[in-house]
Order: sequence, then structure tokens, then C-alpha cells
Amino acid sequence: MGKYLAKRLGQSLLILLGVTVVTFLLLFLLPADPARQIAGRSASAATVESVRQQLGLHLPLWEQYLRYLGKLLQGDLGRSFVQRTEVGELVWSRLPATLLLMAGAIGFELLIGVPAGIVAAMRRGKPTDNAVMIASLVGVSAPQFVVGILLLYVFAVQLEWFPIGGYGTFAHLVLPAMTLGILGGGWYGRMTRSSMVDVLRQDYIRTARAKGAAEQRIVLVHALRNAFLPLLAMIGIDIGLFMSGAVVVESVFGWPGIGQLAWQAIQQVDIPIIMGVTLVSAVFIVAGNLLADLLAPLVDPRIRLR
Amino acid sequence: MALLEVEDLTVSFAGSGRRVTVLDGVSFTLDAGEIVGLVGESGCGKSITAMSVMRLLPSPPSRVDRGGVRFAGTDLLSLPERRMRAMRGNRIGMIFQEPMTSLNPTFTVGWQIDEALRLHTGLNAEQRRARCLELMGLVGVGAAERRLGQYPHELSGGLRQRVMIAMALACGPEMIIADEPTTALDVTIQAQILDLLVTLRRDLGTAILMITHDLGVVAEYCDRVVVMYAGKVVEKAPVESLFARPRHPYTTGLLASMPRLDSGRGPLASIPGMVPSPGSRPPGCPFADRCPNVLPRCAPEMPPLETGPDGHAFACWNPMP
Repeated sequence: MGKYLAKRLGQSLLILLGVTVVTFLLLFLLPADPARQIAGRSASAATVESVRQQLGLHLPLWEQYLRYLGKLLQGDLGRSFVQRTEVGELVWSRLPATLLLMAGAIGFELLIGVPAGIVAAMRRGKPTDNAVMIASLVGVSAPQFVVGILLLYVFAVQLEWFPIGGYGTFAHLVLPAMTLGILGGGWYGRMTRSSMVDVLRQDYIRTARAKGAAEQRIVLVHALRNAFLPLLAMIGIDIGLFMSGAVVVESVFGWPGIGQLAWQAIQQVDIPIIMGVTLVSAVFIVAGNLLADLLAPLVDPRIRLR
Repeated sequence: MALLEVEDLTVSFAGSGRRVTVLDGVSFTLDAGEIVGLVGESGCGKSITAMSVMRLLPSPPSRVDRGGVRFAGTDLLSLPERRMRAMRGNRIGMIFQEPMTSLNPTFTVGWQIDEALRLHTGLNAEQRRARCLELMGLVGVGAAERRLGQYPHELSGGLRQRVMIAMALACGPEMIIADEPTTALDVTIQAQILDLLVTLRRDLGTAILMITHDLGVVAEYCDRVVVMYAGKVVEKAPVESLFARPRHPYTTGLLASMPRLDSGRGPLASIPGMVPSPGSRPPGCPFADRCPNVLPRCAPEMPPLETGPDGHAFACWNPMP
């Protein structure tokens, strides 16, 4: 177990290092010139050049990268080109909102996806099953901004149940979490269904029936635990996904999370923020997967971590 | 009165566009404390019979068209599902062929044995624990404390089958249905498990319906035999009578295809052809096209199952002498 953890952590560090290299390269391949962007369109060439010197953008790429990496190893994500504030602080201040949205979204996905998948599996081939499958397909394929705006219109504008946007109370969380959750819930529903259908065919389910267990107990106790493993892996992936991919939803609902920070930074070619956000997202993706793998033996005792 | 009475049981499955009869008028009985062997080739309907008695066949597609199953005087087929559940695992235990896959991999064996007690008895946690330990002793599992905390994948096939038996025995059932309980095990373990079942029958008086394709098992462990072929019972007899004088040519064929140590060398006999699949069975005797004694009337006309004075019954127009 200790050895396994050390190995996985070592791999994770390598992955994160790779992420910094690739992101750095991609950002400098961009046709936009950050120095020009910051100095302003009407600035003279001399001004732009002095900005460039100031930011260290005149140095060779590899030297810039090594400097960045050196600071990173000391826990310094650098300063924003535009706002001149610490990137670490900026990301840190946005983290609670993003984590809250992530938790809400995953909770919502599980809440609608798992029961729907279970019901579909139990009624396989019947109208209920077809209805769930069609609904999940709609959920999976609907664009986030459409769902978001639709929910806003119905529940915030027409019914006035929830605020139109912003952050602070549970009511603020509901609609953005629902938007993300409806999409993800479709995946969870389909995954739960196929996993359940597979498990319900197993011999040990017949044994449970022969033992006199009721159908409900068989599904919720005997089958669900066995069917949960693929879902656990998916939750791990979602932890990373929502860390980086909630940009659209955060924009639609004015949610002050990391997605918005990233969106602004991309528009302003604010390289240190983009780097910082990418890196933090990568950390969460890696950590989410690691967490799912570490928890897997608790769900299925046959799994050994090696 | 018999403990289990299966009377004219006829079960069909909805196939693609038509119904296919898989069990056709199956009748037999099992007395309290008796071991009855249900034998036949694969696809004869042995397991379907067991599953029908337990009402574990999914319906649809399956359907009981005719007949009845009475257990200790209760008509199982008309029992509401809730009361049928109170029978399963409580008064009727079941053991399956594959101990590898028949135990839930994500729960400890202790939890799985305990579940039967939780479902059917009012015992408290302490009493159930004591009963689980007792059961492990009963089925001959040593280091019971430790075993109860283990998962199925940590146990050998033989131990898992013992755990299955402990689970089936948990509530002190009057009858156990053992569906090929040793087919998936090593030969040495097979004998151990069968001996265990016989010991349990002797000590606890549990009746056993033993489903097997192995006539050796039947000869050694059973009191009576029911031979099935293509969804029908073709011969029923006490073990001694059946082995001394098999009357149905199918039974003779089965006996002849048993490997024996005393019959010298030479090729092992076999029955030519295959069991007709449900849906392509002839109106008469289903064995007609493989039968060495076949008469013109066999294919169109099913012989009745007639019981002789010695309790030996067979369905054949031209039986073995």
C-alpha cells in the first residue's frame, strides 16, 4: 500500500511536470503578443518593448520556463500580467466556489443518475427503461449553455424560486449544480444501467433470491455494491472535469469560480493565470483519479493495489 | 404424505413468436429425510425443475402451464410472493453448481450466512453470530472465526461450497435442493462435499433433492432416482431397483456410458445423437430417434409412465427386459 502510493504519487508528479511543459509551449505558440495586449493598442513600440522586458518575455523560451519552474517548486505561481496580483492568491480565492459547485454537481448527478439507472435496469426493455434511456440521451447531448439558460428562464425568471445568478447561499448553488448535474446525470444513468444489468445476471444474485431476499434488497444491497465500481471511477474523473470544465456554467450563472478566472485570463492573454489554472486543474484530475483508485478496494475487496 | 410433491408440472418459455415447452408433465415426490437424485443429460430440464420448485424462473418469459408443486402440504405455485420468500432460504435451502460465482464477491462469507438468519429469524446479533459459528462447524470449516471475516475470493472452491451449504442450512430447512453441487469441484473435494450432505441428512433429517448427471453419485448417495429426458420423467425407481434392472432404454444407455473399473478395456459406450432441443421434440417419446428398441408407435405416441408393484415406474412401449 505504501509502495503503491509512492509509485502513484511519483507518476502524478511526472504528469504534472508534463502539463507545465505542454501548456507553456502552447501558450507561447499563440499568435497573440501579451506585451502588446498589456501595453494597449495605441502604445509605442518602445513601451511595448519595456513591458516585454519587465515581464521577462524577451528571454529565450527555455529560460522563461526554467524560471517559472524554479518559482513553482517554491510554491510560487507567479504574478498576473494584468492585475499584478499573486496567481496563487487569485486561484485560492476562487477555489471554494469551484469546489462547492463541483460537490453540488456530482451530488446532483448521483442523485438523478443512479436511481434512474437502477430503475431502467430493473425494467429492462420496458417503457420505463426506454424513457430513462431517451431522457439520458437528451441530458448527455444538450449543450450546457442551453440547459443553463433554460433553467434560468423557468426557475429564476418565471417561477422566481432561485436567484438569477451570483454566489453565497444554497439557493444560488441549485441551478448551476443542476445544469452540470443534468448533463452528467445522463452519463451516470447509462453507466449505472449497464453495470446493473450485468450484475443482475450474475449467479450470486440468484443465490440471494434463493435465500429469500426481496427484490428491493437484492438490487440495493447485493447488486448496487457490485455495480458501483465503474461509477466510482467516473466520480474521480468528474472531480477533475468540473475543476476545469465549468467555464460555461460559471459564465451563465455569474459563479465566481476558477472557470471564470480562466475565461478572463484567456481573453487577456494573462499567461501566468492560465498556467496556474491549468496546473491546479491538472492537480485535481490526477488527485481525483488517484482517490477513486484508492477507494476501489473498499467497494470491491478483490481489488489489490499494487 | 410426501414432503415435496411435484405433480404434472409443465413449464413453457416465450420464444421468438411461439411458446416452447421445456418441462412436460413432470411428477415426482420427495419424502422427509430422503435423498432423491434427479438425473439426465444437460438440457433435460433438471435445473428448470429445481428453479420452478423455488419459483426462481423469471416470469415472463417462463410460465407454468399446468400442474402443481406442494411442499409440506402448501401449494407453492399459488403462494403470494411474500410468503414464497419466507419459504426460500428458510424452509427450503438451495445449493448451486458454481461456488466460485454463487457467492457475492463484495461481502464477507459471515455476512452472507448471517443474512439468511437476518431475513428469516428473530435472533439478535449475538445469537446469529453463535449460529454462524455453529454452522461453520457443522459443515466442517475450521478456524470459523477467521473464515467468517473473509471474502469468497480468499477461500478455495471446496470451502466456498461448504459456505454455500452452511448458508442453505442456516435456518434449519426441511429440504435442500442441490443443483449439481459438486460438478465444479475436484474429485477428492466432490466426495467430501457429498459425504457432508449425507451426514447432514442423517444428523438433521434434511431431505435432499440432488440434481446431477453423475449416476455414480446417484448409486452411492441417493435413495431413489428420477430420470429425466427432454423435459419429461422417463423412469423413477428406488436406487437398487434402477441399477439392478433399468427398464427405459435411455437409463440403460446412461448406465452403459458410465466409466467402470471392472468392465475391462475397450471404448466407453455412448448414446448416439443429442437431446432434442425444446421446440423440436416429437409428439411421442422424445428418445425415439436415439433409441435402440424403437417401435413404429414410439414417435407418434408418448408412452404413459406406469408404476409397477415394486414402485419402479417407466415410460416406454418396448422396455428393456
